[in-house]
Amino acid sequence: MGGSASLIPRDLLSEYQELTFLSKQEILLAYKRFSELLPREERENACSARVPKSQILTLPELRANPFQHRICHVFSTSETRDDSMSFEDFLDMLSVFSDSATSDIKSHYAFRIFDFDDDGTLDRKDLEQLVNCLTGQGEESRLSSAEMEQLIQNILEESDIDKDGTINLSEFQHVVSRSPDFASSFKIVL
Amino acid sequence: MLLLKKVLGVSGAPGPKMMLPHSLLQIAPWSWSVDAAGESLLSEHFHDALSECTPDPGIKMQNKTTALQRTHEGKDDLCTERCSAGIEFDGEVETDTESEGSSSIPSQFPSSITISPAPYFHQSGILENKKRNRDQNTLENLLTSSASSKSSDEESLSEEELAMLKEQVEQKKKLISTMRNKPWRMVKKLSVLREAQDFVEKFEGALGKGKGKKLYAYKMMMAKKWVKFKRDFENFKTQCIPWEMKIKEVESHFGSSVASYFIFLRWMYGVNLVLFGLIFGLVIIPEVLMGMPYGSLPRKTVPRAEQATAMDFSVLWDFEGYIKYSALFYGYYNNQRTIGWLKYRLPMAYFMVGISIFGYSLMVVIRSMARNANESTADGDDDNFIFSWKMFTSWDYLIGNPETADNKFASITTSFKESIVDEQESNKDENIHLRRFLRVLANVLIICCLCGSGYLIYFVVKRSQTFSKMQNVGWYERNEVEIVMSLLGMFCPPLFETIAALENYHPRIGLKWQLGRIFALFLGNLYTFLLALMDDVNEKEFVRLTVSDILVTYITILVGDFIRACFVRFANYCWCWDLEAGFPSYAEFDISGNVLGLVFNQGMIWMGSFYAPGLVGINVLRLLTSMYFQCWAVMSSNVPHERVFKASKSNNFYMGLLLLILFLSLLPVAYTIMSLPPSFDCGPFSGKKRMYDVIQETIELDFPLFVAKIFSYVANPGLIIPAILLMVLTIYYLNAVSKAYQRANAELKKKMQMQREEEKNKRNNKASTNPMLQDLEDLLTPSTKTESPPKQAEETRALEKYFQESQARDK
Repeated sequence: MGGSASLIPRDLLSEYQELTFLSKQEILLAYKRFSELLPREERENACSARVPKSQILTLPELRANPFQHRICHVFSTSETRDDSMSFEDFLDMLSVFSDSATSDIKSHYAFRIFDFDDDGTLDRKDLEQLVNCLTGQGEESRLSSAEMEQLIQNILEESDIDKDGTINLSEFQHVVSRSPDFASSFKIVL
Repeated sequence: MLLLKKVLGVSGAPGPKMMLPHSLLQIAPWSWSVDAAGESLLSEHFHDALSECTPDPGIKMQNKTTALQRTHEGKDDLCTERCSAGIEFDGEVETDTESEGSSSIPSQFPSSITISPAPYFHQSGILENKKRNRDQNTLENLLTSSASSKSSDEESLSEEELAMLKEQVEQKKKLISTMRNKPWRMVKKLSVLREAQDFVEKFEGALGKGKGKKLYAYKMMMAKKWVKFKRDFENFKTQCIPWEMKIKEVESHFGSSVASYFIFLRWMYGVNLVLFGLIFGLVIIPEVLMGMPYGSLPRKTVPRAEQATAMDFSVLWDFEGYIKYSALFYGYYNNQRTIGWLKYRLPMAYFMVGISIFGYSLMVVIRSMARNANESTADGDDDNFIFSWKMFTSWDYLIGNPETADNKFASITTSFKESIVDEQESNKDENIHLRRFLRVLANVLIICCLCGSGYLIYFVVKRSQTFSKMQNVGWYERNEVEIVMSLLGMFCPPLFETIAALENYHPRIGLKWQLGRIFALFLGNLYTFLLALMDDVNEKEFVRLTVSDILVTYITILVGDFIRACFVRFANYCWCWDLEAGFPSYAEFDISGNVLGLVFNQGMIWMGSFYAPGLVGINVLRLLTSMYFQCWAVMSSNVPHERVFKASKSNNFYMGLLLLILFLSLLPVAYTIMSLPPSFDCGPFSGKKRMYDVIQETIELDFPLFVAKIFSYVANPGLIIPAILLMVLTIYYLNAVSKAYQRANAELKKKMQMQREEEKNKRNNKASTNPMLQDLEDLLTPSTKTESPPKQAEETRALEKYFQESQARDK
């Protein structure tokens, strides 16, 4: 890792270690994988380059994920809203998905990923889209509208504490923090 | 350069050869400033010392111009930490406090570079430093003038200010350490971090004044070093973990549940490695190096009758011959109290290592269980959130393979549909009586099977004892016990599964029953085995059993998975029906079966390790090869599961099983240690009445007299029984406290829901749904009614806060 170590300034590296849940090796590995996504001429200053979404989605870890577009959208800080990711966005993403991240921060970002219309709550449309993502792309695997209706009804009954028809962040965190599987399944490792 | 001369002068150092500057830096926590212009005049060694410390340039790296910076660039950031100068400090101000006389540090230094200790306190450039010092002056002059004036009220002012400042600094430090928990973006986090670090750096130096400044500064320095050390150690530890890539590959193809088996295997490997290290280092190596060599004693020599065949492979495979008379077995050890020129007390070591194996295993298992319990909440079996959990937590983000993803989609869809149907059907009528009858029948059948297998083992063991007295026994007779036990282990579980089809349980409950039955099977087998040998503790049997178990497992995997996969793949071209879709198709990875196998194997190791020290070594080898072999087998011949199988709840179940097995394997060993006299002519305890007499002997002969007295007091039952009672009472008390917290939580939750409903109803101008509150409202006058909503909202917020705090405390 000698080559890539000299490309991230030492102080930045230690600041990244301070600010994320990743170890030094993981940050360096992330740097290596990130710079491989860039074209050859831009690899020198990978710290400030942005990688377009299409390139990020070629990563094997994200390739098969039904939420790949949402993940890129949530973690991208691009001003042009094209969902491109810089190296720091990439590190943010890996930190949230790492093994040592707290359940709080994972559930916060999970909420944002599931909020398809970015309005701060999970309403019926969001939940429908979520179910469709989970059941795959094929037509025969989708749920019928009656089943969908029943499912969403059940979910809202379980999770919507204040009965306003939407699930807000604290309700979401309340439900998800009780699940024993959440932290172990919400994990991406490079 | 004044500084340098003073430094060297003060210490009386003869010349720049000493590492003095660096070590002096370590005592005096004030930073040393070196004139940039004087840098070229620095002696070589002082420069070396300094060059270990790299000022941390921060984002203003491009603005650095000094030669020193350029020399120090490219050094490892560890050197920054090795530098112990803790706190930036302005030289001019130091002059003022010289009068307090706490240090002999020279006062005149032109402030240039300050050497900072950790990236925590990152450096800015020289020029910026000067500017900062000027800014600092005002605040610090205020502080120092008040300190040096020594008037009471001004001093108290400075103390108050100091206290406030200290609190602020502590706050900033806390912010820095919890920064990664905040859901902010990196840009924001970076700017907040830098600002906080600047603040701390600026004012911690000021805090260094006043009473106890040396101690405070020293404490700060040690705290920083400790944080850095911990971080480096964590990095090192994660680097040392083996097989990360392999497990990641399995995870991406099969999901986290199959990978959890391999993670468990790796953990077992780690534990066994430690046990092996203990035994090997403390028992086997001393015996081999310093004990009486082979051939010197009857117990250490192959008898003449067997010598002819002692080197034959078949004899060695049976653990007879040279292997039997080696340090791998209990019988080889001599009962000399001390051996060799080191006077190493071998029998004592043997005994203590045997006990500590159990102690260490117990500690490690319980620690792992506690960690698992911490991560999952107490009400893991909550049925309240089935649908929400399916929705939000069912996707496994580790999956990277499109085929596996498709599988997962299908299983999620099936599970959604099933739960919807279940929910609708849960009110259907069932024929309770028929179901109960079938379940009782199934249990009766299974108990019959268990008894049958227990009797079979007893019978076979007795037969093998008569065989061992005969001559000319064939290969089958010699290995009959192992073969029968392995066959039972292979065929009974599927039998149990078919019988369990009668019971018609929910799959998860059915799985628990299945695991319980397999457990009872293995346990019964093991204990029958022991009881049939109990009068003749034969350590060789354990080793042979382990080896045969290993072989059977590998053969089962090879045949059951690999050959089957090959057959399905290649014979499919010329077979009548589709082998891949119908029978037999590819095998799925049997997680629970494998985990149980691992757990029972470990139980046997624990039982046998006291009598056969080499057994742990064999197990380490077995786990190592298992890892590679099973990884290969899984990737080449298995397909991902059709049904979703959540591993996390099972984790603690498997740990619990391991704990149970540990206790159960401790029992026979403890019994033999406590009640049976050791055999007369072999082993390190031969000639004693009981094995634990070796402790008595060591205390009497090796320790001073008062230690023996202390031990005799401590071992008094009058002391031990109250201690045990006290521990039981503590457990009871803690249990009661945790129940009380849970109840309080539930009540607060209910209250919160009620309050929210009330608030919403008020907002929508609807009447209250709660009858009690309705009555209350009717009694209220209209004027007070308009006041109550904001109060209620406040109350709700306060309750929420309390609720969250108690939840956090509960965790």
